Amino acid sequence: MQTQTAATELNRLRWQCRRGMRELDLLLLQFLDSGYADLDANATHAFTRLLDCPDALLLEWLLGRQRPSDKDVADVVQRIRRSPAA
Amino acid sequence: MSLPRRKFDTLIIGAGGGGLRAALQLSQAEARVAVVSKVFPTRSHTVAAQGGVNAALANVLPDNWHWHMFDTVKGSDYLGDQDAIEYMCRAAPRVVYELEHMGVPFSRLDNGKIYQRAFGGQSRNFGGDQAARTCAAADRTGHAILHTLYQQNIRARTHFFDEFFAIDLLRDPDGTVIGALVLEIATGEPLVIEAKTTLLATGGAGQLFRTNTNALINTGDGMAMALRADIPLQDMEFFQFHPTGIAGKGMLITEGVRGEGGYLLNGEGERFMERYAPKAKDLASRDVVSRAIYTEVREGRGCGPNKDHVLLKLDHLGVDVVAKRLPGIRETVKTFLYLDPAETPIPVYPTAHYTMGGIPTNRHGQVVVPEHNGPDEPVLGLYAAGECACVSVHGANRLGGNSLLDILVFGRAAANHIVGELKQNRYHRPMNEDSVDQAMTRLSRWDRRDGSETVDGLKRELQTVMEQHCGVFRNETILQEGVDKVVELEARMKDAYIKDHSKIFNTARIEALELENLMDIALATVCSALERRESRGAHSRVDYPERDDVRWMRHSLFHKDGRRMDYKPVRIKPITVEPFPPKKRVY
Repeated sequence: MQTQTAATELNRLRWQCRRGMRELDLLLLQFLDSGYADLDANATHAFTRLLDCPDALLLEWLLGRQRPSDKDVADVVQRIRRSPAA
Repeated sequence: MSLPRRKFDTLIIGAGGGGLRAALQLSQAEARVAVVSKVFPTRSHTVAAQGGVNAALANVLPDNWHWHMFDTVKGSDYLGDQDAIEYMCRAAPRVVYELEHMGVPFSRLDNGKIYQRAFGGQSRNFGGDQAARTCAAADRTGHAILHTLYQQNIRARTHFFDEFFAIDLLRDPDGTVIGALVLEIATGEPLVIEAKTTLLATGGAGQLFRTNTNALINTGDGMAMALRADIPLQDMEFFQFHPTGIAGKGMLITEGVRGEGGYLLNGEGERFMERYAPKAKDLASRDVVSRAIYTEVREGRGCGPNKDHVLLKLDHLGVDVVAKRLPGIRETVKTFLYLDPAETPIPVYPTAHYTMGGIPTNRHGQVVVPEHNGPDEPVLGLYAAGECACVSVHGANRLGGNSLLDILVFGRAAANHIVGELKQNRYHRPMNEDSVDQAMTRLSRWDRRDGSETVDGLKRELQTVMEQHCGVFRNETILQEGVDKVVELEARMKDAYIKDHSKIFNTARIEALELENLMDIALATVCSALERRESRGAHSRVDYPERDDVRWMRHSLFHKDGRRMDYKPVRIKPITVEPFPPKKRVY
């Protein structure tokens, strides 16, 4: 049951990674497939909070032009930016 | 089978700028409006429109709508319908002021008026000096417009079905569209939405091509739904390749870079656009610039170790200008290429960007098909607006800044026409259960648990075939092979299956449904391209290099049934002014 819940959550997140811009699609989906599994509970929640933010803000953060004030979200953003470019 | 049902006056499929502009107009007219969107509305692709929206406000340089109309007709390579183009250019200042009043934070001049930047294809005095016609909110115009329209819709109490995927249109036996079958992605449950009028505003199909600028959601869902409802698609051979995508990645570097003074260099350090467009140079229209880059690379004057791209130079503008006017571009390049364009030129190459063709409509947004009384008979109950539609204002080639204008003007026009229709049609037509059953088969087809083809694999192959066989340069052999390959891929779809059969957020199933849509549109695109034996706008045939107005100044219509082509005349008569007769298009 635990694994099924995890798979469902991963599917839900995959859909939340569908954004209005190619840049975000590539960075987020690539991270979901390569870096998400390594996140601890705290960072997992931060990633979910990140996905709730509007596209323009995500772009600001993921392109390194601004930093999120939420420290955990900022850490996740750094991890996404450090993962190999899609 | 009894499915849950909801009833609305109008169903809008798609929550980008076109859908939301229409929804707002309808909600304000007190219609009951449902907006269905497969992603959360503010994640629609309108958010990615960086450049701006064209309107002849004359805030920076002298301008008027008639010059804008001339540029749009010329830019369309005389395939645009001149009545629709006149309508759009005249409505432009009004829709921009409406947005300003709704709260879109347009960039300003020192005198307080809306700032306007120069874009490719804009002229004064019918082909004279460069005009400055594009209104922008920094480099986030699409985002500002989308969020403003969404907030206004919330205030106007538009009903949103967020993360619902539209499966197919529902029609009654006489062909009137009476709603759609949709799927709630979060639960996997189907829902019938009954509506007196339905508007398709589902955007383009950039995912047809491997290198493209588009978000993954751009799979042409509405166009494919129209095809399956026996509605032909118009002018699908015209796909705009943006001249400056990041080489190898696809992301768009806005034309605004060249508007601000950036220019292109080949491997020999030459400003080659001077040879292709002596007057407009780097600001020539997109198809001209795309072909020029392709030609430079093909003739061995590309840059880089593989000589497979050219360079876009903007380091001479200075860090301050780049940081102030083009911040988004700078960071995009830094993130994906690890270089700073304020110091180093950007490697660029043409990338698939915009679907000029689409669902045929008139300038009221009504979907029209060739029927008993002529080529433009309205399909009752059905409207389309924006990139999924072909009204046709972009003809064979869209000008920068005209796509946001298109969605705003025709989203609004469609809504106005719908308001009139709703007054005359006060009741819902009875639901057609056969139509519901038919739409359900499309869904249940993916319940099968075995097969030899994967959705991912087929999608990759399709995108590669389209890039290689239906790209910037085309000829008979390449295109015929393209048709054969797409037909073969379509046949292999029968053996495709998905492994995940869960209900909740089953993204595999959505991706399978999207691939079906892409497959239908790919066939429409490559078949239309094969049949058009001339070069016009974005459709460039090396074996037919000239435009042929005698045989080909007409719109193509692709019918899914029998993969049949059909044609109809271009509407060359504007509403109030004299027509612009076709001339050779030089910049």
